Amino acid sequence: MRRLAGIVAITASLGWAPMVAGQELAVDLSEEGVAITTGFSGANLLLFGATQGEGDVVVVVRGPTQSQLVRRKENVAGVWVNRKGVTFYNVPAFYTVAASRPLDTILTDLQRLDYQIGADKLTLVPEGGLAPDPQANTFRDALVRIKMREKLYSETVESVKFVGERLFRTQIRFPANVPVGSYAVHVFLVDDGTVTKAQTTVLEVRKVGFEARVYDFAHRYSAVYGILAIVLAVVAGWLGSVFFRRG
Amino acid sequence: MYLYLPIAEMSVNALIILGMGGAVGFLSGLFGVGGGFLMTPILILMGITPPVAVATEANQIVAASVSGVIAHWRRGNVDVKMGIVLVVGGVVGSAFGVWLFTILREIGQLDLVVRLAFVVFLGIIAALMLIESIRAMTRNPRRTPPKRHHHYWVHGLPFKMRFRRSRLYISVLLPLSVGFLVGILAAIMGVGGGFVMVPAMIYLLGMPTSVVAGTSLFQIAFVTANVTFMQAVTNQTVDVVLAMLLVVGAVIGAQFGARAGTRLRAVYFRGLLALLVLAVGGKLAFDLIVTPVDFYSLGTVLRVE
Repeated sequence: MRRLAGIVAITASLGWAPMVAGQELAVDLSEEGVAITTGFSGANLLLFGATQGEGDVVVVVRGPTQSQLVRRKENVAGVWVNRKGVTFYNVPAFYTVAASRPLDTILTDLQRLDYQIGADKLTLVPEGGLAPDPQANTFRDALVRIKMREKLYSETVESVKFVGERLFRTQIRFPANVPVGSYAVHVFLVDDGTVTKAQTTVLEVRKVGFEARVYDFAHRYSAVYGILAIVLAVVAGWLGSVFFRRG
Repeated sequence: MYLYLPIAEMSVNALIILGMGGAVGFLSGLFGVGGGFLMTPILILMGITPPVAVATEANQIVAASVSGVIAHWRRGNVDVKMGIVLVVGGVVGSAFGVWLFTILREIGQLDLVVRLAFVVFLGIIAALMLIESIRAMTRNPRRTPPKRHHHYWVHGLPFKMRFRRSRLYISVLLPLSVGFLVGILAAIMGVGGGFVMVPAMIYLLGMPTSVVAGTSLFQIAFVTANVTFMQAVTNQTVDVVLAMLLVVGAVIGAQFGARAGTRLRAVYFRGLLALLVLAVGGKLAFDLIVTPVDFYSLGTVLRVE
């Protein structure tokens, strides 16, 4: 519902690829963040930029890192019950990739692993370290699959559009269930199978206004919140009984 | 009209929630039943997580039972002494229930237990209602009302107490344990528990039917308030925005329901209600036994060591 307004210059820039002369990369976002308000049902952000070099552009948006438990159901006496669970650390709560061409045609697997480009290339560490348990891989795949189904992970190819030779733009979709926190927007310039330039921009997704205050209050002063919830209900019930008497 | 629920952390259509509150309120006004046993499973089927559905519904029931108990109080249909004993049992039971709720949530079995509990209770309620409505429709006027004051082993229990309003002299352990059991249900299922308490009060305690409804609502008001408080403190799963939407819908719905009840022959509608209860319970049961689309699910890491 909330559409984009205002253009804010991005100052934060944090590249980790070696600078290659003459291959400048400038990126801008249509908004500095995503605000979850009362009527929030998802948001679209426009990312646009310019490059001086040749090549393709890949945009990766990563949400805040969290621990994620994945459970598997087993049939126990006819009923499906959660049994085995594996916890993964360093799981991005949100992850999306946009690229100007299919990823496997423009980048080597090694580069994709290095720069964590593509949901299938995400390094997710299960409890007990990497790959001690061969079963952990099926749990890892399940995690990515479920996140994709919940629209929290996504990959869209050919969604970075070039306008002429130098200018590009793409739309980043944040669904209604987007987690709050600090997001990183990585923009990669890719040429000849490798990343030649990278730039990172920070993006905040936060609750604002009434929603934020209710959530904050419920977690910070939960006892007072509980009492207020009861008082509200009692008053509503009393008002209801006044209605009943007249009706 | 989409609304973002701050605790449930999802975007819902406010009109649908209001409408559902209204529909369930209408049924509770029509039949004089609490709406929790329908509302909580419907919220779960809508995609609201069981922890939030259960805790929020407890908050809504506070409002519904307060307006109910005020109406009964005016007519003098509340046995306060009995009510207090039931509340004491209920507060202890609901504290135990919330503790159990938190443990189940940590080990990842809460959803299953809540769903199973609803399948069992909705099944029993639907069966009883169907039997009752079939019996009422076939009409047997010579059916003798059940006799009160049977003497079972329960009347040999110690700690007898006199309840003047109910004209009873029974062991205090009986209403305490009834209250305790109902308190557990309130905490784990987000229901008032009237469907268990009312029959227990009539058949087990032997209370006169005139004070049963008022006294059970008295207990429900205090116990669901305790559940709301404890859930808010322990699990932070009470969504006041969702609760208030449901309350507004339910208050309006209950008015129309109560008026419709004076005109319609509720007997036939009771059969329909039984079918509705059966359908909701059946859907929950089906989801539990059908092979899931995905064997895997995501859980929250509640304790990071």
